[in-house]
Order: sequence, then C-alpha cells, then structure tokens
Amino acid sequence: MNIVVCVKQVPDTATERKLRSDDKTLDRDAVDGVVNELDEYAVEEALRLKEAHGGEVTVLTMGPAKATETIRKALAMGADKAVHLSDDALHGSDALSTSYAMAQALKKIGFDLVILGSESTDARTGVLAAMLAERLGTPQLTLARKVEVNGSAIAIERITDYGFDKVEATLPAVVSVVEKINEPRYPSFKGIMAAKKKPVETLGIADASVDGSAVGLAAAYSEVAEFAAAPPRAAGTVVKDEGDGGVKAADFLASKKFI
Amino acid sequence: MSEILVLVEHVDGEVKKVTLELLTLARTLGEASAVWAGPGYSEAAKAKLAEYGADKVYVADSDEIVNYVVAPKAELLAKLVGDKSPAAVLVAATTEGKEVAGRLAVKTDSGVITDAVGLGEGFVADQSIFGGGVNVRSRVTKGTPIVAVRPNSTAPVAAAGAGAEEKVEVAPSDAARAAKIVERVKEEKGARPELTEAAIVVSGGRGVGSAENFAIIEKLADSIGAAVGASRAATDAKWYPHQFQVGQTGKTVSPQLYIAAGISGAIQHRAGMQTSKTIIVINKDPEAPIFEIADFGVVGDLFQVVPQLTEEIEKRK
Ligand SMILES: Cc1cc2nc3c(=O)[nH]c(=O)nc-3n(C[C@H](O)[C@H](O)[C@H](O)COP(=O)(O)OP(=O)(O)OC[C@H]3O[C@@H](n4cnc5c(N)ncnc54)[C@H](O)[C@@H]3O)c2cc1C
Ligand SMILES: Cc1cc2nc3c(=O)[nH]c(=O)nc-3n(C[C@H](O)[C@H](O)[C@H](O)COP(=O)(O)OP(=O)(O)OC[C@H]3O[C@@H](n4cnc5c(N)ncnc54)[C@H](O)[C@@H]3O)c2cc1C
Repeated sequence: MNIVVCVKQVPDTATERKLRSDDKTLDRDAVDGVVNELDEYAVEEALRLKEAHGGEVTVLTMGPAKATETIRKALAMGADKAVHLSDDALHGSDALSTSYAMAQALKKIGFDLVILGSESTDARTGVLAAMLAERLGTPQLTLARKVEVNGSAIAIERITDYGFDKVEATLPAVVSVVEKINEPRYPSFKGIMAAKKKPVETLGIADASVDGSAVGLAAAYSEVAEFAAAPPRAAGTVVKDEGDGGVKAADFLASKKFI
Repeated sequence: MSEILVLVEHVDGEVKKVTLELLTLARTLGEASAVWAGPGYSEAAKAKLAEYGADKVYVADSDEIVNYVVAPKAELLAKLVGDKSPAAVLVAATTEGKEVAGRLAVKTDSGVITDAVGLGEGFVADQSIFGGGVNVRSRVTKGTPIVAVRPNSTAPVAAAGAGAEEKVEVAPSDAARAAKIVERVKEEKGARPELTEAAIVVSGGRGVGSAENFAIIEKLADSIGAAVGASRAATDAKWYPHQFQVGQTGKTVSPQLYIAAGISGAIQHRAGMQTSKTIIVINKDPEAPIFEIADFGVVGDLFQVVPQLTEEIEKRK
C-alpha cells in the first residue's frame, strides 16, 4: 500500500506566536518550528498500516526551506521517503490554495491512502482533509479514531458529537486522524541516523504542475484586514481555601448574576 | 437586501441553538434563509426557524443526505449557491460544519473563514487565534463568503421571518456517496445541555482522580444547569467519554461561564476554552497556569471546594 502522510511544520505552541506586520501572515521565522502534534499520530498510523499490510510511507510537507527539520523527524520515526513542496510562490497561501497545491503534489506522487492530522495547531482551520477529498474525488474518511484496511476496503470510526460513526469506503481515500487513535513512537537513535540517508525530493510549483497564479498571498480568497494582540484578561481574584472557598466562589457567581 | 444561507444544525428534529444564533446574525446582514438537510423536518422545526427570522426555509429532508460523510451537504449548499446567488453562507464552526464549509469553498471557488467569533458589515469576521492571544479581522475576497461561526458568538434573538418553505430535490452524486456511514454509535449523553452550546460548562481534569469522582463535577454542573467537560488527561484515563473533551483536539467552547476543577491549564486545553466570558478555577496548586486566565480562582482541594460550592448554589436557589 502506497501511503502518503501530510506533515506540517508549525510554530511551537509554547512560544509566543505572532503575525508579521508587513503582510499579516504567520511569522514563521520568529519561532521554533515543530511537527504539528497531530501529524505525529498521522505518521504513526501510516507506519502501523505499513507494518500490517506492507508498502511504503511517503511524507509530504508544503512549507519553507526550514520545514526540512519536520521532514527529518517523520523519516526518523520510520517513514521511507519524503517530498518537500517548497516555493516562494506558495508563501501566504490560504486553505484553498494550500489544498490545491497539495492535491497537485499528491497526484504526482500517487497514493492508495493519504493520512493527515485533523487540525494544525497554528491555523486550526480543520478543513484541509475535506478539501483534499473534494479535489481528489476520493472518499473523505476524517476525524478517525480507528482505521482498518482490508484489501481495497477501508473502514474508520469517525468521532461525532454523540459518539462515533462507523464509515466504510474503498481505496484510494483521504483519512484524518484524532489523537485518540494511537501513541506515536519516539524516533530511535538508529532511526535518526537512518533518516539522514533517506531520499527527500524537493518540488517547486512547476514540478508539481501547480499554477503559480492560483497560489500565494496574491491569489488568496480571503484577507486579514487587521489584527492586534488580544487585550490581556483583567487579572482575576484568587483566594486560598480556608474552609469557605466554595462559599466565596458562590458569592462571586452571585455577583455576576449566575445564581 | 440579499439572501444569506444558514445551514441548520439539528438533532432528533430539534433545531440547535447555534442555528438560532446564526439566523440572528444573518438578519443583521441580509435576509436569512435556513437550509434544512436530512430527516426530521417538521412544521414545528419550520416554526422555530421562522420565529428567529428565517424568511425562507429550503428543505432537503431525505435520509440520503446524512448517510454519507459531509459531501452530500456540501453538494446541496453548492446547488443553492448556484441557484440563488446568496450574499454569503453561514455554518456552525463545529468540526463537521467546518468540513462542509471547506468542501463548499472548493466547489464554489469561494473563500472560507473558519471559526469566526463575530461577523459584521461586509462579512468582516472576527477571529481569535493562537489560543486567544491575537484578534484578527478578516474577510473573504473571492466568490461567495463562506463563514463558519463559533457557537455562542452571539445571543439568539427572536424576530419573525416569513418562513416560506421550498423543497429542494437532491440526490447525492456517486462521488458524494463514496464514504458511507454504516452505523451511528451513540454514547451516553444524559439530559445536560450540549457541550458546545451550553451557557455554562463545568470541567474536570486529572485532579478529579477517577471516573466515580466525576459525580462531584456532574452535581455541580446540574446545580447550575451546565454541561460537563473534561481535560484530555481525564478522557485518556477513560474517566469521562471522549466527546466531552475540551481543547485543541476536543471541543472548542465559548460559554458565559467556564468552571475548571483539577485542570492545570495546558496550552492545548486553553485553546478550547480561552474565549469563555468568565472563568472560575479550582486547583490546589497556586502555580497552575490556569490561574493566569481566571476571573476568580480558589486555591484548594476540589473535593472540599466543589461540593461546598454545589451546596451553596442549591441553598441560594
Ligand atoms: C491563524 C491563522 C488563521 C487562518 N485562517 C484561515 C481561514 O479562516 N481561511 C483560510 O482559507 N485560510 C486560513 N489560514 C491559512 C491556512 O493556515 C493555510 O492555508 C494552511 O496551510 C492550511 O490550513 P491549516 O493548517 O489550518 O490546515 P488544517 O486543516 O487545520 O490541517 C489539517 C492537516 O492538514 C495537513 N497540512 C496542513 N497544512 C499542511 C502543509 N503545509 N503541509 C503538509 N501538510 C499540511 C496536516 O496533516 C494537518 O494536520 C489561516 C492561517 C493562520 C496562521
Ligand atoms: C496533540 C495533543 C493534543 C491535546 N489536546 C488536548 C485537548 O484537546 N484538551 C486537553 O485538555 N488537553 C489536550 N492535550 C493534553 C494537554 O497537554 C495536557 O496534558 C492536559 O490538558 C492535562 O490535563 P489536566 O489539566 O487535567 O491534568 P494535569 O496537567 O495533570 O493537571 C491536573 C491539575 O489538577 C490539580 N489537582 C490535583 N488534585 C487536585 C485536587 N484534589 N484539588 C484541586 N486540584 C487538584 C493539580 O494541581 C494540577 O494542576 C493535548 C496534548 C497533545 C500532545
């Protein structure tokens, strides 16, 4: 089975994230880049499926040159090879152009299964998997907490408000995973060393048949008009429980007319 | 004024509160048209939509629409966008609502804004990003604006609309039938308000210690008419079902009041509750980061404080 796992480099959530004042895009230079947490679960699931069914796992990342760090991490976990879609023309792409460019790259790579995280920690739009399924004309098997492949049949458990749905489809398909699905492995020393020798192919937009006028900031379908740091929350009152903590909390609720 | 489509969220034939919020918003920007997708439509449902300002109600109430993952809803909306040329499409910013919005954006070659917490003139959306650290105003510049609005972004206000019903005949295409839902598994929910819609949420974390102890959290929630939430530490430990997880990979909630007991306030938890209007924290560790965003905090043992608070609330009713 030919599995492509989409991995995004995001700013470390523990650092202060900012938008750039010039073009109002995420300032990716100002902060450390890490693998989007949920994508580690996507990589793990891809590796488990490969271990069970054979095949190959390819990492796909779209992002600036420094996103190679993220690719190495996924390779160190055990992925076989990587494709890095990287081109200055892609800077500032919104969800629509990102999904377009990634769909083009996926067509070039070829796949039986595409696996994504269900959401990135920076933009958090949670739309990419659905958009890819729409563009590629493949089944959308998103928000999976369990994935089972049997020949060309694939079944998932999709998380819902009320519990979960059992969903069935036929490969090729696009899957997104939630963090309940598995426990990602840590790269071993051997894995880290091996990753250095694994092939990473860098594609510019032309290599992936991406139309340059359909991506990047200029082609975006939406714009950030303005932004500002959120005003800090007014410092609250903190009391130590002296046996009356619950009563004091109730007093506060009453002062705010909740009770 | 032109038409604004609002995709109706409904459960067992009941219109959800977020839809009434979206209709209220749509009315301030144009004429609200509700779009009903899936079974369960009734006169009562129509009356509710009209009561909150729907001038039109498009009804596509076949089972087919909900028997496949997301795609048929996007097809239905794309057809209506083509036929009616609305000024905008609003959906609830639930995980599924956002997926519908994403597919619709691709189909109609339109921009999409996810997770708006407000929407004004010219469909300029307010977004709260980076775990609440930055406020952004953004807008769609191409195609039909598609905006996913977070529940509890506005208060629903009744104002009668005409409620003119129009049936829409759609059969999902073969492509939209690619991912078939073969079974829906309902996990216990009880009589409490739904997590993302609730005005008050009481959440418990690792500090609660066990599944049995969650009864303390539930009692507090019931005393004040709240939904119950949980941190990932609590859902991972199987003390509480996963669909109640609040946070980055759980539900995003934005209630009037959020009470966190035994939760440290990891960034991933805060990402799901930071836009709550008022936050109360109960934690025995004064250094817990969750105190940084508390309007009122009690440093103490939740097993003392929470039952006392519950008792006080019952007393003062
Ligand atoms: C704060 C912020 C808000 C934004 N809001 C909007 C908006 O409202 N509308 C809009 O159109 N655009 C928006 N964008 C732009 C958006 O971030 C990019 O288009 C992005 O590449 C795709 O969105 P996402 O990361 O949210 O994807 P999600 O759908 O949240 O990501 C899901 C998965 O897709 C995969 N993935 C995503 N991006 C990549 C990548 N570059 N390479 C490899 N795999 C990837 C990963 O597996 C990830 O787990 C926003 C950007 C920021 C920084
Ligand atoms: C990819 C990814 C996604 C994640 N998504 C989410 C998410 O959606 N939601 C989420 O919540 N987390 C999420 N997390 C996990 C997050 O990082 C934290 O691990 C989690 O929120 C911790 O839960 P907690 O606060 O309940 O537990 P802890 O951090 O262990 O905190 C427990 C707190 O309880 C207090 N306490 C203990 N006993 C008592 C007592 N008797 N009385 C009062 N206080 C007491 C302690 O002082 C402590 O502050 C995610 C992590 C990752 C990597």
